[in-house]
Amino acid sequence: MRRFALIAVPYFWLLALFLVPFLIVLKISLSDIALAIPPYTPTLDFTAGWEGIKSFFGALDLENFKFLTTDDLYWKAYLSSVQIACIATLATLIVAYPIAYGMANAPDHWRPTLMMLVILPFWTSFLIRVYAWVGILSNEGYLNQLLLSMGVINEPLTILNTNIAVYIGIVYTYLPFMILPIYSALERLDGSLLEAAEDLGCSRITAFWLVTVPLSKNGIIAGCFLVFIPTIGEFVIPSLLGGSKTLMIGKVLWEEFFNNRDWPVASAVAVILLLILIIPIILFQRNEQKQREADG
Amino acid sequence: MRRMTWFNATSLTLGFAFLYLPMIILIIYSFNESKLVTVWAGFSTKWYGELFRNEAFLDAAWVTIKVAVVSSTFATVLGTMAALVLVRAGRFAGRTLFSGMIYAPLVMPEVITGLSLLLLFIGIGLDRGIFTIILAHTTFSMCYVSVVVSSRLVSFDRSLEEAALDLGCSAAQAFRLVTLPIIAPAVISGWLLAFTLSLDDLVIASFAAGPSATTLPIKIWSSIRLGLSPEINALSTILIAFVTVGVISASLASKRASLRRQAEERAAVHA
Repeated sequence: MRRFALIAVPYFWLLALFLVPFLIVLKISLSDIALAIPPYTPTLDFTAGWEGIKSFFGALDLENFKFLTTDDLYWKAYLSSVQIACIATLATLIVAYPIAYGMANAPDHWRPTLMMLVILPFWTSFLIRVYAWVGILSNEGYLNQLLLSMGVINEPLTILNTNIAVYIGIVYTYLPFMILPIYSALERLDGSLLEAAEDLGCSRITAFWLVTVPLSKNGIIAGCFLVFIPTIGEFVIPSLLGGSKTLMIGKVLWEEFFNNRDWPVASAVAVILLLILIIPIILFQRNEQKQREADG
Repeated sequence: MRRMTWFNATSLTLGFAFLYLPMIILIIYSFNESKLVTVWAGFSTKWYGELFRNEAFLDAAWVTIKVAVVSSTFATVLGTMAALVLVRAGRFAGRTLFSGMIYAPLVMPEVITGLSLLLLFIGIGLDRGIFTIILAHTTFSMCYVSVVVSSRLVSFDRSLEEAALDLGCSAAQAFRLVTLPIIAPAVISGWLLAFTLSLDDLVIASFAAGPSATTLPIKIWSSIRLGLSPEINALSTILIAFVTVGVISASLASKRASLRRQAEERAAVHA
């Protein structure tokens, strides 16, 4: 009896506030506009019994998904989200790896402090960390002031409101997610393997490529997923740092919902976004599972 | 073979400069006299004064704190239960669905979570306000709590609990007197995580809030959309200071607790 209550409480909470809402999104994405715009009326009528259920499924249609194909805004937004996420993930990896490497090779008594320094920004507000870059990257911002006063450039660079700013923002805010898994892979690395490689005639750089990188592969994979998956649906960074040309699907969904108030289309956008994410999410889970088995 | 080469030292210095300089600049410019955020015009604390006279920010901050305390407490209870189910309940009908629902919100884009909750609230005719934000925050942060707590439960030695049961504890007593104190660090860090996630959330709160309640992130968002403002720099500085002090004192406390535990174990061995 007690076991039943223990399972039932979190189970029903998640059913009611996670699964059911998602099914509603799916349903609305398949409904006609007139039925689903505010005020929204549920079309599933349980009191009508079997007839009600039949008319519910009869009312489903793919019109909103067809609509998404008529306007190239949407597929361009999906494509450019994936592209931005790929480039940003790679950039984050390039920035994070040396930091994780430096941490893993630091003296033992430094490591807890270094670890905390990496985690600390994660606890501070995401919004504020993105906002900090607005002041740095704008035309009269600190970076341009610095470069102008050093005489490196004669005219301010336009960085804010471009994709470059979006990349910088993503690398900055997601850096801890990349550093930590790579660090934990590198930390476990057995130093005698490197010594063996060097004894056998590897230079330090070849030993790095042939031993260190392959052995930190799992950390790299985990870090890449942890950055890539949330970046695709990102809303805050492209809205604050990106320009009118930055197309990301999270932003499109937000605008479709709050500005155009077209709920069925917003729902259809959400459903396709999730379909795109299912592949990396499954790959991610499989990778985690494999690692857990290897550890266990 | 740990080597602190010049390469490691440089990469750490540059890396941490990249992580911290933006925030340090923000903090410095919160003490700027000028209204223009990018021009330094002398030291002043006037923006902090302005901030504390701004009713809208104070109201939003109060709503945010209420939401964060209540939702992280619910999330901790539900998340700990979910972790117990994940680690200990064995087989039951719908187990796969259950663990799927625990992990899915962690990777679900926030816009989708927000949108789906909003459609639910409207579908069942729930007025949006503080209550709906609490429901939304509890739901996504309980998943984080259960991940944190279950990783601790996995390494838990069940023979301790069995010993308590053999010595005459009821199951509830064994949980309260043995299990809970041992998993307490994970439960506490789960609560802190849920609390910060709730303080920080903009996207889901925007969908769940409706016009009657505004949280601090929503308020910050609407004012930074209009450009840089020294008041926001002051507010950011306060938030950064708050989190820094919190995280550092939490980690010092846990370090002290583990030192004390080590000392007690040593004393027990020698006794």
